[in-house]
Amino acid sequence: MSDQKLFSLRNPWFSTSVGVTVVIAVLATLAGLIWLPLAQPDLKLSGIWDAICSAAGVPRASSQAGSVQADFKTSDVVMTSEMLTRPSQVSIGRGATLAQRCAICHGPQGVSDANSPNLAGQFAAVTYKELNDFKTGARVNVIMTPFAVNMTNQDMLDVAAYYSYLPRVPRSHADAKIPAPLIVTTGAPMRNIAPCGSCHGDIDTKAGSPWLGGQSAVYIKAQLHAFASGTRRNDISQQMRNIARQMTAEEIDQVAHYYEAQP
Amino acid sequence: MLINKRLILAHFWLAFAVFGVALVLGAWQMFVRSPLNAWHFNPELYYRSVTAHGSIMGYVFPTLVAMGFGYAITESALEKPLIGRRWAWAGFWLVAVGAVVAMVPVSLGWASVLYTFYPPMVGNPLYYIGVVLVVVGSWIWVALMSINLAAWKRDNPDKPVPLAMFANVAGSYLWGWTAVGAALEIIFQILPVALGLRSTIDAGLARVFFSWTLHAIVYFWLIPTYIAYYSIFPRAIGGRLYSDAMARISFILFVVVAMPIGVHHLFTDPQVGAGFKFMHSVFTGLVALPTLLTVFTICASAEIASRLRGGRGAFGWVSALPWQNPIMLATAFSLVMLGFGGAGGLINMSYQLDASIHNTQWITGHFHLIFGGAIVIMYFAIAYDLWPHLTGRALESFGLMRTQLWLWFIGMIVTTFPWHYVGILGMPRRMAFYDYSNAAVSPQAFSVTMSAVGGFILLISGVLFLTVLIRGQWAASSEAGAYRFSVPLHMPARIPAALNSFGLWLALMIGLTVVNYGYPIAQLMVLKETNVPAVYVGAGR
Repeated sequence: MSDQKLFSLRNPWFSTSVGVTVVIAVLATLAGLIWLPLAQPDLKLSGIWDAICSAAGVPRASSQAGSVQADFKTSDVVMTSEMLTRPSQVSIGRGATLAQRCAICHGPQGVSDANSPNLAGQFAAVTYKELNDFKTGARVNVIMTPFAVNMTNQDMLDVAAYYSYLPRVPRSHADAKIPAPLIVTTGAPMRNIAPCGSCHGDIDTKAGSPWLGGQSAVYIKAQLHAFASGTRRNDISQQMRNIARQMTAEEIDQVAHYYEAQP
Repeated sequence: MLINKRLILAHFWLAFAVFGVALVLGAWQMFVRSPLNAWHFNPELYYRSVTAHGSIMGYVFPTLVAMGFGYAITESALEKPLIGRRWAWAGFWLVAVGAVVAMVPVSLGWASVLYTFYPPMVGNPLYYIGVVLVVVGSWIWVALMSINLAAWKRDNPDKPVPLAMFANVAGSYLWGWTAVGAALEIIFQILPVALGLRSTIDAGLARVFFSWTLHAIVYFWLIPTYIAYYSIFPRAIGGRLYSDAMARISFILFVVVAMPIGVHHLFTDPQVGAGFKFMHSVFTGLVALPTLLTVFTICASAEIASRLRGGRGAFGWVSALPWQNPIMLATAFSLVMLGFGGAGGLINMSYQLDASIHNTQWITGHFHLIFGGAIVIMYFAIAYDLWPHLTGRALESFGLMRTQLWLWFIGMIVTTFPWHYVGILGMPRRMAFYDYSNAAVSPQAFSVTMSAVGGFILLISGVLFLTVLIRGQWAASSEAGAYRFSVPLHMPARIPAALNSFGLWLALMIGLTVVNYGYPIAQLMVLKETNVPAVYVGAGR
C-alpha cells in the first residue's frame, strides 16, 4: 500500500476531502443561518446575531398581548394519562362517605335509572374534572353547581376515587349485540370526526375521556346537543364541541343508544 | 471460500421467512384501506399490522441480509474463515430472539406505535426491548466485520482490501453509527416511560434522535444492493467492473454524507430551526453523488460486457446484453426503480417542495419504490447468485426466476406510481380508513385500487421467490466452485491509503454529525419545557 501518511496536509486525499467537506459545511451554515433568514423581510430580524438565533431555532417568549381571551370561564384542570390512576384506600373510604349525598341521583352504588350519569367504575380523572369544572363555573348545572361549590379539592379527589373504585355493573339496557355505528368505529374523516371508540374505549382510551358504556341515552344525547349548541363548553380545546357540531341528529341518536347498551 | 455456510444460510433463511410474513401483512393492508374492502373491522388491527410490517421490513429483514451477506463476503473476499464464529451465532440469535420479543406485544395490540415509534405514543416495553436486541445483535456483526478486516490487513500489509469487503465494512460502520440515534431514543427516552419510571417525554428530541437513524438506515439497506451492483453484476454478465476506485469513492461518500441529513424528515417539525433544516437539505442533495457515480460505473460495466459479447453501436449494445440472465434483469429493474425513486426523492429533500407532499401517500410510495423496489430486488439477485455456493445445489428454475423478477418489477411500479399520484392529490398517510363515497376522496378510489392490485402482484412474486429457494434446497448436488467477485478492468496494484482505510472517513462522518446535529440536540436537551405527557397505546377498559 501507499506508504504516505494519511492524516497529513501533504496527502492530497486528506487535504482535498477535509477541505471540500469544511467548505461545504461552512457555506451551508452561512447560507442557512445568516443569508437565508436575512433575505426574508417578514422575519423582521434586527441583525446577524438575531438571524442566527432565529434560524438555529432558539426559542423566544412570545408576546401575550395579542392573545384572545375567552369571555367565559374555561376549565383549569390539566389532564395527563397518569392522573389519579392510583388512589389510596383512605381516599376511597372518605369518598364513600362523601358520596352519600350523591346517591339520590347517581344511585347508592353509582348506578341509577334517573338518566343522570352512572359513575360506578368511571375514571377518577373524569369525575374529578367535572366536579372541579362545576366548582369553578366552567360547567354550569342547576343541580350540580350548588353541590360542587362547597367541596374542597380533597373532597373532589376522594369522591372521584370512590366512584372509580366501584365495579361497573351490567345495566338493564345492556345488549352487546347492537352493531357499533360507523361513527363509533371509523368516525367521519371528511368531517374531521375521529372514531368515538378511539378515545372513549374499545379502540383506545384517552386521558380525560369518560367511559360511555352503560350511560343513559337521554344523558348522552343531551350532552352532545349541549356541546353542539355551545351551552356546554368545558371541553378542553373544544375537542367535543368540534365533533358534536359536525354530527347529524341521527348519528347522535345512534351513538347514544349504542353506548347505553354497552357494558 | 465459504466455510460457515450454515451461519450464512441461517441469516438468509430467517430474513426471507420474516420477509414472507411481512409481505402478507403488507398486501392485506393495501387491501383493507382500498375501496375493494367494505369496511367491517377494527382500525386498530390496521395499525398493529403496519407496526409489524414496518418493524420486520425496516429492522429485521435488511439487517439479516446485510449480516449474512457480510459474512459471505468476509470469507470469500478475504479467502479465510470468519474470525469470531461463535460471536456471529450469538448475534444471529439476538436478532432472532429480539424479533420474537418485539412481535409478541405488537401482535397483541400492546404496541401499535408504528416502527418509527412516534413518541409521545408509548407502547409495551417488550416491543422496544426486542428492537434493541435486534440492534445489539447487528452491532456484534459490525464489530466482527471490523475485526476480520483488521486481521486480514495485518496479514496482508501490501495488498489492497478487496472491494467487496471494503464496501461491506463501510456499510457496517455506517450502520454502527447511525443506529446510535434510535438506540439513544429508546434507551434514554422511551423505555423509562414505557416501564413507568417517567410519565413525560420530549417528543421533539426523540424525533430528532430518530431522524439520525431514519435516513442513514436507508443507505445501510442500500449497501448490499450496491455491493451486488459492483461486485456481482459485472461478473455475472461476463464483463468487468469499469472502475475499482470509483466504487470505493462511492462507498466512502455514503459513509461521510449519508449521516448528517436526517432532519429532512422533520421539515414540518417546529422543534428544529429552519437554518439546520437548510443544512441537512444541502447534504441530502450531496447523497445523490455516490448514486450518480454508481449508475455511471454500472452502465459502463454493462457496456464493457456487451461489447465483449459483440454488442455494437451507440445504443445497440443494450440489446446484446444477456437479458436471459436473472442478475442482468434484476440489476436493470433495480436501476430503473432507483431512477424513479431518486427523482421523487429530489422533491422530498427540498424544503419548499416537500411541503406539498409531506405526510402524504407520496412518501409511502417513495420509500417503497426505493427500498421495496430498487433494494429488495437486488436482495433476490444476491440470494440467487449465492444460493448454489451455500447449499451445494444448483438453482435451475431460471424461467421461474425471471418471472419472479418481472412480477416484482411490475408489481412495484403498479403499487407505487398510483401511490405517488394520490399523494399529490393530498391523500394522507398512516390512515386506516378513507371515505371513498365522499366527493372529495372518490377521485382517488381508482388509483388506490390499482395500488392494491400491485400489492397482490408483489405477494405472488414473493411466493415465487420462496419457491425457487425451497426447490433449490432439494435439487441435485452440484459443486458450484469458489464464490468470486467481479474483477475490475484495471486491477490496481497499489491504491492510496485513503481508499484502503476508514479512519479519515469515519472522522468526517462523526464531525459532520456533530456540526449538523449538535446544536439541535443540545438545545432540546437543555430546554425543560419541551416534555409532554406520554400517551400510552394499547386497548384497555
